[in-house]
Amino acid sequence: MRKSIGDKIIDWIIVFIMLLIIIVMLYPLWNTLITSFNEARDSIKGSLYLWPRKWTLFNYQSIFKTDKIFKAFMVSVSRTVITTILNVLLSGLLAYVLSFKDFVFRKFLTVFMVMTMYINAGLIPTYFLYRSLGLIDNFLVYILPGMVGAFNVIVIRTYINSLPPSLVESAKIDGATEMRTYFSIIFPLCLPVLATVALWVAVGSWNSWFDSFIYAPKQELSTLQYEMMKILASSMQTGVRQPDYLASSNQTRNMVTPNSLRAAMTMVATVPILVVYPFLQKYFVTVNIGSVKE
Amino acid sequence: MKTEALKPNSEFLKKARKQRGLILISIPFFIYFFIFSYLPLWGLTMAFQNYKPQKSFFEQEWVGFKHFENLFTDPDFYRIMRNTLGMSIINLVLGFVTAIAFALLLNELTGPFIRFKKVVQTISYMPHFLSWIIVCGLVSNVLAMDGGILNELLLALGLIKEKIHFMGKPEYFWWIVGFTNVWKSMGWNSIIYLAAITSIDPALYEAAAIDGYGRFGRMIHVTLPGIKSTIIVLLILNAGWILNAGFEIQYILGTNGLVLDVSETIDIFVLKRGFGRSGGFAFGTAAGMFKTVVSAVILLLCNKIAGWVGEDRLV
Repeated sequence: MRKSIGDKIIDWIIVFIMLLIIIVMLYPLWNTLITSFNEARDSIKGSLYLWPRKWTLFNYQSIFKTDKIFKAFMVSVSRTVITTILNVLLSGLLAYVLSFKDFVFRKFLTVFMVMTMYINAGLIPTYFLYRSLGLIDNFLVYILPGMVGAFNVIVIRTYINSLPPSLVESAKIDGATEMRTYFSIIFPLCLPVLATVALWVAVGSWNSWFDSFIYAPKQELSTLQYEMMKILASSMQTGVRQPDYLASSNQTRNMVTPNSLRAAMTMVATVPILVVYPFLQKYFVTVNIGSVKE
Repeated sequence: MKTEALKPNSEFLKKARKQRGLILISIPFFIYFFIFSYLPLWGLTMAFQNYKPQKSFFEQEWVGFKHFENLFTDPDFYRIMRNTLGMSIINLVLGFVTAIAFALLLNELTGPFIRFKKVVQTISYMPHFLSWIIVCGLVSNVLAMDGGILNELLLALGLIKEKIHFMGKPEYFWWIVGFTNVWKSMGWNSIIYLAAITSIDPALYEAAAIDGYGRFGRMIHVTLPGIKSTIIVLLILNAGWILNAGFEIQYILGTNGLVLDVSETIDIFVLKRGFGRSGGFAFGTAAGMFKTVVSAVILLLCNKIAGWVGEDRLV
């Protein structure tokens, strides 16, 4: 079909709208990026649009020199890595168990698990449970509640069921235990879906701040996101005291501002996501559609 | 008699014995789900007690529905519900209209524009993966009084005479939340519509072209009806989450204290009352339970309706 002139005009109008959308999507991040590389005192003058005026790495240096932020960064990294590994291994294992169509407790366990996606006792009962389990102000509060995800199990199980059953059977005949079959046969075969789940879990864990806020208010357990939350809150409340590392240290008082520091922290928190993003994108269409069908 | 009654049972046992490896693996998972998802339900009893954390369960004083009565007569309750429903409806409508329009326009990018389409898609999905903290930081930068890009842009275009304190004006808050949600999830939400569009029969477009419909006409008369059932089912399903207006963005952007009147949703209410005042645990639990129960009813209803509608339309 040849395009008429009218059609061509429509094409360019749509391209124009899309370019506007791209700018709206990207510019806030770009602006943060250049602020993070610009000298803090210079940034206050404003009119920083496309490129840093006075290049500096000082904002980034001061993040990693500030003990609290560096520690928070390490907590974020450890919680993300541990949660991701555990969640993938355990969700995969449960998915493997539930993939047996003749498993006697298959139906019961599936319903029991799927129900957990819908029932929610609410904030306060959950808090009291964690308290009686000794999870408050405990690093494990980042790990234990997110060890297995019902939705992840369903996604992986669907994938396992699409594999040829003969693979599992042949392993069984050789006398392998369930654990052995899972780790040596199913796990390697499921790597694509497990990678997807891993990225999902990692992004979720990396991005969360509410659990630090409610369950682990102790400073040593603060995460990068929660530190950003504190700086954001203080920069929004004009006249309210800033986090002490901004207010107290004389050396840095004039060199960093909450805004510059936050810009640098935003980039530190965003870059890992942007790095895994291309891998995420490869798979998420199928998972997204699957979630609606479930 | 005895052996007959045992027969199915023993078959079950035989099977179970063969599957003891699987059962052994299942047990820790069962315990895990029980502890982390079912056990906290017990805490809902707090909503009916004059709960004191230092007392044991048997020493608590039972008060029936007192906390629920207090909730419904609370001066803040009406405001909280208004904010929750108001922001939910804005999010729902804005979210749907923008995602559908975006999908329709993306779908028009064909031929030489196909690579450009991929780029637009990649960029538009990205904000979905950013945390609310980051997104709120970006929003407050864009809308800031000093150096906020929106104020500078509006000034430069001559649309306003002096800078607007967007974050401090209650009348803007719901729309800020609505458009931030659009920014964060428009691309992501369009995926499902794009998928639905691919299942439309190409012959319909050719027929419409022969009938004299232009590009825009085909978009309205072929593409849109083609994804109508998807739209309706998703709309109903999403309406089920009406009490989940969100928590994070309202909480974070509300920390400046200027817009609390319009920013606080039911989740924030539960948090603030539950942990804020002495003896608030029971009241907070009751408020949370109210939300959960009403939500569950609406959700079930909407799922049912979506089921009927879905079957209807798909046939």
